[in-house]
Amino acid sequence: MFRFLFHRLLLIVPTFIGITIIAFAFVRVLPGDPVLLIAGEHGVTPERYQRLMEQFGYNRPIWEQYWDYLVGIVQGDFGTSISTKRPVIRDFLTLFPATVELAFFATLFAVVIGIPAGVLAAVRRGSWFDQLTMGTALVGYSMPIFWLGLLLIIFFSGILGWTPVSGRIDLLYFFPAVTGFMTIDALLSGQNGAFTSAIRHLILPTVTLGTIPLAVIARQTRSAMLEVLGEDYVRTARAKGLPPGKVVGVHALRNALIPVVTTIGLQVGVMMAGAILTETIYSWPGIGKWMIDAISRRDYPVVQAGLLLIALVVMVVNLIVDVAYGFINPRIRHR
Amino acid sequence: MKLTKGLLAASAVLALTAGAAQAKTLVYCSEGSPEGFDPAPYTAGTTFDASSRPIYNRLVQFKKGSSETEPALAESYDVSEDGLEYTFHLRQGVKFHTTDEFTPTRDFNADDVLFSFERQWKEDHPWHAYSTGITWEYFNSMSMSDLLANIEKVDDYTVKFTLTRPEAPFIANLAMDFASIMSAEYAAQLEEAGSMDMLNQQPVGTGPFQFVAYQQDAVIRYASFDDYWGGVQPIDDLVFAITTDAAVRAQKLQAGECHVMPYPNPADLEMLQSDSNLTVMEQEGLNVGYLAYNTQMEPFDNAEVRKALNMAIDKQAIIDAVFEGNAAIAKNPIPPTMWSYNDAIEDDPYDPEAARQMLADAGVENLSMKVWAMPVSRPYNPDARRMAELIQADFAEVGVTVEIVSMEWAEYLEQSSNVDRDGAVLLGWTGDNGDPDNFLAVLLGCDAVGNANRAQWCNEDFEALIQEAKTITDQDERAALYEEAQVVFKEQAPWATIAHSKVFMPMSTDVTGYVMDPKGTHAFDGVDIAE
Repeated sequence: MFRFLFHRLLLIVPTFIGITIIAFAFVRVLPGDPVLLIAGEHGVTPERYQRLMEQFGYNRPIWEQYWDYLVGIVQGDFGTSISTKRPVIRDFLTLFPATVELAFFATLFAVVIGIPAGVLAAVRRGSWFDQLTMGTALVGYSMPIFWLGLLLIIFFSGILGWTPVSGRIDLLYFFPAVTGFMTIDALLSGQNGAFTSAIRHLILPTVTLGTIPLAVIARQTRSAMLEVLGEDYVRTARAKGLPPGKVVGVHALRNALIPVVTTIGLQVGVMMAGAILTETIYSWPGIGKWMIDAISRRDYPVVQAGLLLIALVVMVVNLIVDVAYGFINPRIRHR
Repeated sequence: MKLTKGLLAASAVLALTAGAAQAKTLVYCSEGSPEGFDPAPYTAGTTFDASSRPIYNRLVQFKKGSSETEPALAESYDVSEDGLEYTFHLRQGVKFHTTDEFTPTRDFNADDVLFSFERQWKEDHPWHAYSTGITWEYFNSMSMSDLLANIEKVDDYTVKFTLTRPEAPFIANLAMDFASIMSAEYAAQLEEAGSMDMLNQQPVGTGPFQFVAYQQDAVIRYASFDDYWGGVQPIDDLVFAITTDAAVRAQKLQAGECHVMPYPNPADLEMLQSDSNLTVMEQEGLNVGYLAYNTQMEPFDNAEVRKALNMAIDKQAIIDAVFEGNAAIAKNPIPPTMWSYNDAIEDDPYDPEAARQMLADAGVENLSMKVWAMPVSRPYNPDARRMAELIQADFAEVGVTVEIVSMEWAEYLEQSSNVDRDGAVLLGWTGDNGDPDNFLAVLLGCDAVGNANRAQWCNEDFEALIQEAKTITDQDERAALYEEAQVVFKEQAPWATIAHSKVFMPMSTDVTGYVMDPKGTHAFDGVDIAE
């Protein structure tokens, strides 16, 4: 088990270096540079342009810039945002909890509904429930997030008035951010109704971000279950007279979960992309929205560091998923 | 059961809202996050709305709803005969905000003025580079460093600015956001504590509202400043709820989650206007959208050709299709809300027949040209691609073939300034300081060729007029010169002036006292909420 973990950790190093190169190259491949964008319609004189490029260090050879960037990262220095002039890592740490909170609830939503729906659809294969679930999943999967988000707002907040339109908590509540997770901070603040308000604000973004993963997980669970249910040992278990609930819940589900867990891990990456749109719609102060702003401003340090940190998160999640396999399926441990 | 719970929660929130109604809170659904709270290093209006407008004051300020200036932190000023010396007599008894971190021991005085400008101007000033990568964009783009010869403290309440050349728009520059007055005492305290960055994060000013807290990308909170020299504000708290998506802002306004929103989607206007709980204020913006020919390149070096092409453009169709009717046809390079606007000028009529004849007379046949379409939506041109297509069709009518080109925004801005650029460029401008010089000299002056002067147009008569206008301080005399300059512009037609777009501000009917600013800033001093 430890050898397996060590091996996996070792693999992270080359992946990480690869990502630094991609992140570094990505922003520089984009046409246009930050100095010109700051100047906007005003334009900038060639002398001043030169001076600013020097000040930001963008006039030096590209490998030198990369080397400095790499050395900075190793020392924990991710640079300073060109637009806000704040250290990138500080902005990231301020905003990241908001994204984690949203992604956590979206994953929870997707798993809690997706797995049972998939299992039930597999068990009652061909029934109206199966067809309805899989049909809905297909619709959910094909729905553009942006459109879904607006639709939910118009219906649930505009017409029905059940949920707030956007934001993380009602503006009445004002307390310091201790953890950055609004639900936890609301509880810590002890203010009456703050937690409820935070939850109410989470509903629509969670549904918006969780819909695609939900659809994928439900479909994956269904097909994995169908496969397992056709196995000999399931038939044996049934023949032994085990109650159907136990056959499905213990023998079949545990084995069917392996590809599902992989899917959930992969969905974290998908969710990071979805978060960009979801956060923009719901004015959710997370890193997705932050990255979009940075890309449009050609804020090199933010884009570089943001891509890297997000990639790191996805890698860590996938590592956790790999380790989780070990618990679900002992065979993998010994490889 | 679930529903009952939801209702209970909702009524609890309502009860709280009612309880909080004693403290009047105005919520503004702002369109983006401020880059920081020190306005001088930045150029974005979003940043100014959140920093310089509520928190700070300047020596002079723009009159509410106008592009003219009036004294503010300076009670009055004198200008020397030669137009080189400006002496400001400062207002006495002006207090700075008291925050958790800072308690001012003295009132505003000349030291604060010196600090606020010298930090941007002098490269050896300890605050010139107080934060990594800081630059003073507006100070530089308004050429302040070339313009200033000296700033002198005559006494505690008198400051004298000496200029290197007479420059009438100087006063308007001082009303701009970068010229906000900071507390030198606060800066000294931060410097001593080694936390200079805080100037940009925990701002202290003399303005109507004082900064309370900023939750990044989410909420900014301000409180009314009780000792404000301009009087106490009708509201107690001001909150900016940052909401980037325009459709969501509209939903929030309708749901009562905020009182005022800027920049509605044109598509949402009808819905907002028909809501009886809302009013939608509108005003022509201080902007112009134009098509700039390259006047140094054949055949566009011929004014007749440019005029002919101008006559081929159906501007009304553009206003209807691109602006959905929310704009006015532009005939001058400056908008009608600006002083010195020459209303006597007649626009080139839309007349394809005459245009074709004029082109033939000028010996232009089978002309094919490029029209550049911006890749981004701006207030002066929400959809350049569509506009370019309409112009393409209009020009085809008169036998001119158009190829539309577009590229990434920063690239577009750079390439379009080149003197040897091929073709006509769609672009525009939103005024910085409400002075006509800020349009006419910045966009059409000889100095700006190869830079912001996209027409690459340098005309002796025009240049003489705008240069003379810079040296005179009397506004009426200046206005006369600018009016004449607009006549020259119209004859020479370096641009096809297309539109001045309208700006809309939807707000709750409870909001009173809001005045729209032609320069497009959003300020909430003097605003009240009916209960």
